[in-house]
Amino acid sequence: MTADAAARAADQAARQSYGRLIAYLSARSRNIPAAEDALAEAFRAALEAWPTSGIPQSPEAWLLTAARRVMGKSARHQKLAAAKTPQLALEIEEAMAMIEAEPDGFGDERLRLMFVCAHPAIDAAAQTPLMLQTVLGLDAARIAAAFLEQPATMGQRLVRAKARIRDTGMRFAVPEAEELPERLDAVLQAIYAAFTAGWEDGGPLSGEAIWLGRVLLKLMPEEPEAMGLLSLMLHCEARKPARRAGDGFVPLDRQEVGLWDEAMMSEADNLLRDAGERQRFGRFQCEAAIQSVHAARRFTGETDRAALSTLYAALVRLSPSVGARVGQAAVAEPAAGLSFLAAIPEPAVRTYQPFHAVRADLLRRMGREAEASAAYARAIELSADPAVRQFLWSRMAGQA
Amino acid sequence: MQYMLVFVETAEDLAKRESAEAPAYWASWGAYVQAVNQAGIVVSGAGLMPPAMATTVKVRDGKRHVQDGPYSDAKEQLGGFYVIDVPDLDTALDWAAKCPCASYASVEVRPVLQMGE
Repeated sequence: MTADAAARAADQAARQSYGRLIAYLSARSRNIPAAEDALAEAFRAALEAWPTSGIPQSPEAWLLTAARRVMGKSARHQKLAAAKTPQLALEIEEAMAMIEAEPDGFGDERLRLMFVCAHPAIDAAAQTPLMLQTVLGLDAARIAAAFLEQPATMGQRLVRAKARIRDTGMRFAVPEAEELPERLDAVLQAIYAAFTAGWEDGGPLSGEAIWLGRVLLKLMPEEPEAMGLLSLMLHCEARKPARRAGDGFVPLDRQEVGLWDEAMMSEADNLLRDAGERQRFGRFQCEAAIQSVHAARRFTGETDRAALSTLYAALVRLSPSVGARVGQAAVAEPAAGLSFLAAIPEPAVRTYQPFHAVRADLLRRMGREAEASAAYARAIELSADPAVRQFLWSRMAGQA
Repeated sequence: MQYMLVFVETAEDLAKRESAEAPAYWASWGAYVQAVNQAGIVVSGAGLMPPAMATTVKVRDGKRHVQDGPYSDAKEQLGGFYVIDVPDLDTALDWAAKCPCASYASVEVRPVLQMGE
């Protein structure tokens, strides 16, 4: 086994298990920074040990055991000693048995940690970013970009929040039923932000977010917004096979409906209907309803734009985010759409790709070609995905 | 873990102790003190006389400066405190919320620094 293969295995384990391991380790110590340090040390030890010992059967159990040893010894500043000892092998066996015996019990710590991150004693602006970093393993730079913040500012906020959790002795538990609602919003937002991040890079975060959405709904089976969030994510996920044709990007209105995942879409629609019966409308139900209108094209062959306008207007009232306002502009007539966009403060959208892409399309439909080209150029500059860039180039050239 | 519950009251709140509202003021505190004591969580605690009774001392260049009044002119002043020993912050917050002055002033909850850790 080469060092390269060990590095790849460690990297894969990190992607798949980081949040699960951090949640498990910090739920016991209440100490997120120590759990992060210990896990980093465990990954370092893995890169040393695995090239000679081989990749363990359960890398996750190996890393968990190694990190727990580091945490146990950290008070005496000891580095993890030679990894391959009989004692360690025994501990790994125990850890594997534990993971296999209760996969749900092990996984559930993530939701518990998410609710701790949503504790009202933590700065509200830090709550969702904190969940994204600790539970879902997003790095601070990516979180800062998602929240349109400076990385240094976001980094400080996260460090301070973790120190508060450790030093003030917050309770590590899913709160009592009466406290759940006030913490729910930050949890919903973090799950959705993780889903969106995975959606953009095609990575495993979307699947993780859907899994968390399901666990959350088990915890709060009567909560309409938890149903709304899961419905929203399933609707988007169901369209995944249709978003690409070869290497090319396919926008929603041109997707081949036969490629959509029908089972997932009907589950999403059922959830939204169940949520509606609870008679408490909210942001995530509204977003799910918007996706449901798009999905209805599989039955009707057309998109009900009037319904989309109504729902986006409701969404802007419920949750006046930049994303909602840009979405409202995208489904409006060109002149109205441009005035919706003009009403958004410029600093909020300077680096927000959808704003420039939508503005370019609206300008083109108004026949304002020169301005449209400039807006396409800006959108292309802000697109990380080569397929999206290529699609925008072809729109700019009037070919799509 | 040990937490200090810092009862922060305004001069008007503290003046209730001497006014027609005094019986109600003391009755609410009496009930709270009894509940905290019965829970067996008290490490220490005291109610304080009003800030007008405070004397502030500073030593500068070896010279002692004594001043009539509290250390700060803030509207809200320390009215009393408890140090309690409870499992976590959430339990401490529950005790803070039950305190009479949480309803008309505020309570600050701070972990006690553990020496030697």
